[in-house]
Formats: sequence, C-alpha cells, structure tokens
Amino acid sequence: MGKRHAFDEIMGQSGSATPRPELAALGRWIDETPDGELRRRQQSAEATFRQLGITFAVYGDSDASERIIPFDIVPRIFLADEWARLSEGLIQRVEAINAFLDDIYGARKILDAGVLPPDLIFGNPQFRPEIAGIRPPHGIWAHICGIDLVRTGPDEFFVLEDNARTPSGVSYMLENREAMLRLCPELFREFRVAAVDSYPDRLLETMKSVAPNGVVAPVCVVLTPGHYNSAYYEHSFLADSMGIELVEAADLLVDDDVVWMRTIAGRVKVDVIYRRIDDDYLDPLVFNPNSMLGVPGLISAYAAGNVALINAPGNGIADDKAIYSYMPEIVKFYSGAEPKLPNVETWRCREPQALKYVLDHLEQLVVKLVDGSGGYGMLVGPTATKQEIEDFRAALIAEPHRYIAQPTLALSTVPTLSDAGLSPRHVDFRPFVLMGSKGVQVVPGGLTRVALKEGSLVVNSSQGGGTKDSFVLMDGGNVQRQAQSHGGMTQSQGA
Amino acid sequence: MLSRTASSLYWLGRYIERADFIARLVEATVRLDVLSPRPAGEAAWASALAVTETDEAFKASGETVSQQHVARFLTLDITHPGSIVRCLDMARNNAKAVRTALTREAWTAINRAWLMFNGRSSPGGAMATLNLVEAVKTEARGFEGAIHRMLRNQTTWFIRLGQAVERADNTARLLDVKYHLLLPEGERVGGVVDRDQWTTILQTVSAVTAYRWLYSEGLKPANVIDLLIARPELPRSLAASSEETLEILNLLAKRTGLHGEADRMARMRQSRLAKTRSGEVITSGLHQYLQAFNAENNLLHDAIGRQFKFG
Repeated sequence: MGKRHAFDEIMGQSGSATPRPELAALGRWIDETPDGELRRRQQSAEATFRQLGITFAVYGDSDASERIIPFDIVPRIFLADEWARLSEGLIQRVEAINAFLDDIYGARKILDAGVLPPDLIFGNPQFRPEIAGIRPPHGIWAHICGIDLVRTGPDEFFVLEDNARTPSGVSYMLENREAMLRLCPELFREFRVAAVDSYPDRLLETMKSVAPNGVVAPVCVVLTPGHYNSAYYEHSFLADSMGIELVEAADLLVDDDVVWMRTIAGRVKVDVIYRRIDDDYLDPLVFNPNSMLGVPGLISAYAAGNVALINAPGNGIADDKAIYSYMPEIVKFYSGAEPKLPNVETWRCREPQALKYVLDHLEQLVVKLVDGSGGYGMLVGPTATKQEIEDFRAALIAEPHRYIAQPTLALSTVPTLSDAGLSPRHVDFRPFVLMGSKGVQVVPGGLTRVALKEGSLVVNSSQGGGTKDSFVLMDGGNVQRQAQSHGGMTQSQGA
Repeated sequence: MLSRTASSLYWLGRYIERADFIARLVEATVRLDVLSPRPAGEAAWASALAVTETDEAFKASGETVSQQHVARFLTLDITHPGSIVRCLDMARNNAKAVRTALTREAWTAINRAWLMFNGRSSPGGAMATLNLVEAVKTEARGFEGAIHRMLRNQTTWFIRLGQAVERADNTARLLDVKYHLLLPEGERVGGVVDRDQWTTILQTVSAVTAYRWLYSEGLKPANVIDLLIARPELPRSLAASSEETLEILNLLAKRTGLHGEADRMARMRQSRLAKTRSGEVITSGLHQYLQAFNAENNLLHDAIGRQFKFG
C-alpha cells in the first residue's frame, strides 16, 4: 500500500472530515446515531441471519461448520451517474465475454486474427474440447456474470475478475437489503435507493428467455450439489424466490436426450437448468467419470438442443486469470470500441520481459496463480516476509506461465464499525449482470465485500471478510427529497 | 412435486413430532418421578426408556437409571439416534433439503429449536430439564402454527401426513408400555402409584382436562384407554391420528390423482377404529392390540413411500 491514501466511498478523499456533498445525509446519520445503537442494530441483523440459516460452510473447519458472514451496518453508496457509467462498461464487457465464448467454441476468428496465443486456449484446463461445436440455445453462454470490481478514485473503477461460471453472493445482496430496510428505515427516507428485490423475477425472465426454441411454458429448475455445499443457502433462496424446483442430480434423469425430473406424479420434462455445479461434476459421461453429483447424459441432451444450461458449460475459459489479461483486446476485437471498464494492469509472467519486471519488483506486487481462487496461492508483496518473497521468486522462475502479477492498488474504503468505532476499511464490489435472449441488464446493486481487519486488502469470506449493503441512488439522489422538504420553499421564495 | 421433496417433508413431519413426543415424555417422567414415593423414581425413568424402546441402548451406555442420566440420554445424547437433539438434527436436515418448500416461519421454528440444543451437553436438574423440554414443545407448536399458515397444498399435507403417522405410533407405544410395565411389585391396582401413572399418560398427551370433560367418572384405566384409542375428539388418539392420515391421503389423491394401497389401508384401519370399544380391547389383550396396531402403522408407512415414489 505504501503511503498512498485510499479514496473513501463516503468521505471522498481519505482523511476528510466531511462526506462527499451528495452523501451529506449519510454523514449526518452517522453523527446522530451513537456507535452503541449502530452496534445493536448490526447484532440484530446478524442474529436474524443466524436464525434464518443464512450461512456458508467452511471446508475443513469442523468447529464452526456453519458460519454467518459478518454484516456491516454502514452502506456503500453509488451516485446515479457513477452507476450509469459503470453499467455501460459492464454491459460492454459481458457482451464481449459472450461473443468470445461463442467464437472460441465455434469459428475461432480471434485466433485467426492473432489476438491471443492459441496455446493459451488449447493448453488451458478451463477449455472444454468436449463442447466445442455445441451451440447453446439462442447462442447465449454467460447468462449470469458476477464481475468483481475495485475502485481507487472518483472515476477509477477496475475489473479484478470476470466470474462467468457460477458466481455467488446474490442472496447476500438481497438479504443485506432486507436487513437495512428493517433496521435503518430512516436511510431510505433520506435517499432514493434503487430496489434490488426484482432480481429473482429478472433472473426467471432471463431463464425463460433462453429456453429451447418451441417450448411454450418452459420448466425451469435450479440444480444444486446438495445441502452440504457452501452456497446451498443461496441455491435454495433463489429457487424459492423464483418459485421453481431446487433439484439435486438424483432428481434428474436423461432419457433419449430429454431431461426429466422425478416427481410424485411421475416424470416432468425440464427445459432450463440454472446449474450451480461445476463443469467437472455436471455429467460423468463427459467430464469427471467419478462424479456422484452429476446427471449422466446431460451434455448429450444439451448438445441435442433440448435443454438450456445456465451458465453454459465451458465458460471457465472466459474468466480464467490467464485470459483476463487479454480482456481489453478481446473487448476491442468484438465490440470494435475501447473498453469502458479497464483491467487492473497485469504482467503475464509467461512473457520474458514481464517476468523480468515482476522479479525486480516483487515486494511491490501481488502475484497470483492463474488457476488459484479464494485468496489462496498468492503473494502480497508489500506485506510478505523476505522468505515468502524468495519462495515465490523460485516458483516464478521454475514455472513462469502459471503466474500473473498486478500492482497493489489503493482499494477504496468505506467507514465500517470496528471495536474502536467507525473507521475506514477496504472494499471491493460484485455487481450481477444478466443476459437473456432479450438483452443484457445490470441489477442496480450488488455485493460489497469488506476487509474487516485494519489495512487488510483481503475481502474473501473464507478469509474473514464481511459484507455491506450497496445502495445505488436513483436520478436526483437525495437532492430531490431535500427540495421537497425545505429546500423547495426557500428556492421559490428566494427567486 | 419432486419425490425427494415429498419424502423429506414427510420425514420432517415425523421427526418434529417425535422430538415433541420425547419432550412430553421427559416432562411427564420428571413429574412422575417427583410424585413417586421414594426411592421409586427410578421406575419412572425405566418406563420412559421402555416407551421409546431404548432400554437396551441405554444399558449399553453403562449409566445407571436415574433422572440425570436418562434425561440426558433422551434429550441431548448425540450418540443416541432417538434423542431429541438427534430428532431435531434429522428434522433440520430434511427441512434444509426442502427449504424452498417451507415458509421462513416454518424453517425458523426448526432452526431455533436446533440452535437451542446444538452444543449443549447437560439438561441440568429437574427445573432446567423442564425448561428445556418446554422450549422444544414451544418450537414444535410454533412449527405447527407456521405450517397451518402455509398454502394448503401437497407441501403441508406431506408434513402433516408424517406427523399423523408418527403420532399414532407414539400414542400406541405410550399406552402399551405403561399398561404392562409400570406397576411395581406390591402396588395395588387403583392405588396411588397406579393413579399417578395413568394421570401421567394423560399429561403426556395433554389430555388431563379433556378426560374430565369427556368422562364424568373419576380416573379409570378403561376410560383412559378408550380416550387414547377410540375418541376422535382427542387429537393424539389412535382414532384421530388415523382419521387425519386418511383425510390427508384423500386430499393428496384429489390434488395429484395418486391413490392406491396406502389409501385402502388407511380406510380399513379407520372403519375398524370407528367400531372399537375399549372393553373389547382390554378383554382380548391391550398389548396384542397395540402391537398389531403399530405393525400395521409400519406397513402403512411403507405403502405411503411406494405410492409417492419416495425411493
């Protein structure tokens, strides 16, 4: 982090004593609400989460096999114009991801054009040769993307990761909002906050819109690995709020390339599956033959065009860390325009010049395994010990193609309740983008993850991160409200 | 509805009902223990084990029969599959598997009960034990209230079907074991201990007041047997449980078009119970009657599983 000051989402420049002008009302709310009261409300929210079982499982942790993710009561807020710009960039990116997937499993024009080195695709474990040539219904691959963003300044957003497989966290977006509406209703009187609760309806519309051609009333289901999975709460929450069945693999069978579910009244045909099972476990006949979670024959039914899979199998190639660094070129190739949302500057260690730079600047960089996730397998240079740096140096020299490196960014902060009262903590953000046959939409909200430890940049829930509600202000934000209450009178009389 | 969902809902109903029954049994036994002339309390706890058919399992634990040990065994012992904590765990696992089918209220009732028990190791003394089982009963009531506020559809019917089948089993067990096992050597039929025991049976099924409303005579075993077997007004009687089982199967048949062996069995049982007189039952052997009833109840359980493809 060095000595750079982080941008604060609420206070503007770090160290500022007053909030950004548009967010003055939040400053007042913070000043007027005693810490003890904030803490009481926060505890009440967490007690509710516990009671509702809004939990995630931590693998290999038998003591607390079910944990809640800590919830922070102070929201992060997006102004309407910030959100509008962000949305444009997200839509452009997700459209490019879809075009890329369609191309890479089809004509491969991008390889002919020499934009990407072919071995990056064909040597990539996320590339699924098994499904090359299969076209998903309506040609849509990434129906639900969770694009991880970080911010370093008023207009500086960067994409950190494109999650185009089975991004999770949307249930927290919805539950956090529920908690805020119940515990801090006064904030919603101050600000006109865009609603997030239409998400399940939009998701169901998206699912129905990609049903195989000719199906009039498609039967849609959510496919879960089962209730021992860490995101099971979210799977059941989504099925529940869409009013569709939550199925496990054992509930499904494929007969003559048609997918059926077993019900008390016999078989019912299934048309659209929102699968929350990784490719590897989806169909033992095509992928991992040892999978007990999969449905034998599913891919064959998919290839026959009889069922839509959301997200499409094979998407992993689009959100792979090795591909990520080429995303600006990919966006340009398919959209013909400059990317509206930049990447974080990335050095590909497979390239000798980049490797040299990385080796020379290890103590300033974040180095990641291209196939690592969840904060594992990475070096955070500025906080690493000499030994850790030397270990990574050796690993980099031995297998440079397995690594990328990025600068340590001054991630934005948001005031967060800590033992010592409110103090700034670093955050990231995951908005959710839906793509159906009728277009792309960004749900106005998302998941803000917060690093609860002072100075820490690690926001993963498995590493002790928490979450916050994310307000997206509607046009006019709080200004209109003020005009109605007292500003309006003054203005008309004074003019 | 998925067959797996139907199966989980049915088992959810059974496990919640079982947890509630064991809570009631422990409560009644604490009372009986207190009322018994010293040192006869042990017999009360022995009978609680007999009711649940867990005397062997308890013996294997090597503990002595006392309030402290048996109450812990029946409520909090995680190694004993019939303990309240294990029933709640099974109920919660089934509820989790069908979360999408339950309302928040129904789910939170189960989850709260589970959280209350999870990680506790000792029920404490008589007072603390009573508080603990009271809390289980409260959550079971809350769950029951919640499912009555859910849509009147297959979801609630499968839960209630499980409850009705389990309830019939529990009442039959209770009646059977008390009738045969309890009276210690030298105690007179109709004596103090005998009366306390019959009162305890009534207490376990919350029917002390109901008894007084329905029978003008004082406490008579034949009347208690009549009440618990043949009176459909008492929700936990065999007659009421059988009636409810049949009604729910009818509702399911109407809505899903699925009917068969289970309906036929339930109908036959129902018409037989309508003609049952307690005098005949006692004359021809209460124990044999109740054993036959539960064997039939188990066959009905199997038939339900086949009919709805529980798999």
